[in-house]
Amino acid sequence: MKKQLFALLFALVPLCSFAAGGEGVHLRSMSPDLENQASLQNGMKLYVNYCMGCHSLEYQRFSRAAEDLGMPQDLVEDNLIFSPELGYNDQMHKAMSAEDAEVWFGKAPPDLTLEARLRGTDWIYSYLLSFYRDSERATGVNNVVFPAVGMPNVLEPLQGVQEKVCAASDHAVGDAELDPLTGKYQSCETLQVTSPGSMEPKEFEQAVYDLTNFLAYVGEPSKLHAQALGPKVLIFILLFGIIAYFLKREYWRDIH
Amino acid sequence: MANPNKAKAERGFMRWVDDRFPATQMWQEHLSEYYAPKNFNFWYFFGSLALLVLVNQILTGVWLTMSFNPSAEGAFASVEYIMRDVEYGWLIRYMHSTGASAFFLVVYLHMFRGLLYGSYKAPRELVWIFGMAIYLALMAEAFMGYLLPWGQMSYWGAQVIISLFSAIPSIGPDLAQWVRGDYLISGITLNRFFALHVVALPIVILALVVLHIIALHEVGSNNPDGIDIKAKKDETGKPLDGIPFHPYYTVKDIVGVAVFLFVFCAVIFYFPEGGGYFLEKPNFEPANPLKTPDHIAPVWYFTPFYAILRAITFSLFGLDAKFLGVIFMGAAIAVLFVLPWLDRSPVRSMRYKGWISKVMLVLFAISFVILGVLGVLPPTGARTLLAQICTVIYFAFFVLMPIYTRLEKTKPVPERVTG
Repeated sequence: MKKQLFALLFALVPLCSFAAGGEGVHLRSMSPDLENQASLQNGMKLYVNYCMGCHSLEYQRFSRAAEDLGMPQDLVEDNLIFSPELGYNDQMHKAMSAEDAEVWFGKAPPDLTLEARLRGTDWIYSYLLSFYRDSERATGVNNVVFPAVGMPNVLEPLQGVQEKVCAASDHAVGDAELDPLTGKYQSCETLQVTSPGSMEPKEFEQAVYDLTNFLAYVGEPSKLHAQALGPKVLIFILLFGIIAYFLKREYWRDIH
Repeated sequence: MANPNKAKAERGFMRWVDDRFPATQMWQEHLSEYYAPKNFNFWYFFGSLALLVLVNQILTGVWLTMSFNPSAEGAFASVEYIMRDVEYGWLIRYMHSTGASAFFLVVYLHMFRGLLYGSYKAPRELVWIFGMAIYLALMAEAFMGYLLPWGQMSYWGAQVIISLFSAIPSIGPDLAQWVRGDYLISGITLNRFFALHVVALPIVILALVVLHIIALHEVGSNNPDGIDIKAKKDETGKPLDGIPFHPYYTVKDIVGVAVFLFVFCAVIFYFPEGGGYFLEKPNFEPANPLKTPDHIAPVWYFTPFYAILRAITFSLFGLDAKFLGVIFMGAAIAVLFVLPWLDRSPVRSMRYKGWISKVMLVLFAISFVILGVLGVLPPTGARTLLAQICTVIYFAFFVLMPIYTRLEKTKPVPERVTG
């Protein structure tokens, strides 16, 4: 019953959301799972190791993440806080200075605290999986989701070298149509790992999922609290409503 | 003036108060002996709900103000501070942001009820005009509140709307600059909008709500049949079709409150972004005067008027399209103020009006919704044409009203309410 009610409410709320960049690009869908602490913890580990050099999480505290993701303080202090300038209760500031970033990349890498709410998790997930080798770019890589991207593929040691090849893909690519026989998309825009990294492709996709999942958590840490509090509040209002209805009926008995 | 022989408690503390302040008298006049028609239906919940949302906005607003930093440098970060570091700050903030959308939703339904049952017609013209003034103040309140989080859409939405002032010939550019207090939207604009949003406009709205209710209680509530319940009274002078507001409508409205709160809380806890309509995605990026978003859309409750503005793509009488658009947008709201004098029908309620009125109201409601949808979407040729058609219908509803309400054949109105 509760599920049906939620489904109804869900249908009533307009679901159409705004396009956030990368129009016409097929995004791989990814649904965050904030209950999966192992995934979120792994995502945080990946973030701290691969992203936080350049991208701050300006509004996210280590301590809050540790509490919400179920990690003891000493473990976080020993393994996830690298900078001597940062303490357990500090926000997750990047290592690189803004001035250096301007010089090295032309533009300071953006803060990512709210990236999942700004662009959506599908976008982040697809973006991280869509780097490919492009010798014309200064960084040696380009990105299908974010063309002419300034960011190098920092996850390449894990993923391996990905290139555009003529091949069949499980996921929609460019204008390629689905081949009904194979159930795949045949295109020369297909991304394929041509030289393996330290992770298998499936393993890497899981790592990117975890990283995206962590950014989904960071975008709205209150969501965990809202989901815990929500049912209690709604059940209370429901009971209150039932009592109010019978009270109304009792009073109105003498009105004809 | 109050009758000194009436409405005082017999003894005790209330007697002491009543000798000094008309507490019992006010309670009776506005609640326990305010006779409302007994046939209120679904449409009559939204007035009390609007009051509930107003209280919600004021209370959550006060608590947000405690942690909000009204400066260009600190506003965006302070909203995230509220969302993360303030105890239950996320809940207070979502109650406020969802409350803004809920406010317009219930107010639009409340206004539609007025159109449906002719609640604006004599002797309720002032009730309607005070209500329209509330709506106008509410739009200003919402517009200024939306700048405060200092996100990209806050900034550029305000930029677009304030630039409309600059379309006014000769004084326009100076007027726009006077409103902004700067050459472009800046921390100065943010500060003055904060002052107006948290101090000036709430006072105006509260005062108007008091006037709205005093005017209503002076003439009495209308009802779905649009008939005057005071015309038929019993021997003690109580309307035969009237029941005391308290306890009958207070207990009934509480049921409405429970249903409303259930939906409201479901949004707060599970869909606070309202699918990108209550909190727009670009607003999760701090305001950047050097980067214009690809697509600037106002929040959903302004989009019907925004669509009317954009529908005017031609110049007329030497007025350029932008200024003409501003005139039409203003007229779309202004025309509502004179509605009581446009309706020449001998009956109030849609139940007894002729078929032309019914068709016109349906077309009006549909075109208002279509305009609302179009205002969210980027314009294309076909969409602009559709917006123009809907704009014509919107205005035709009002402009032709004196004609069709007089011409059409109405049904006889019953003597007593039909339930």
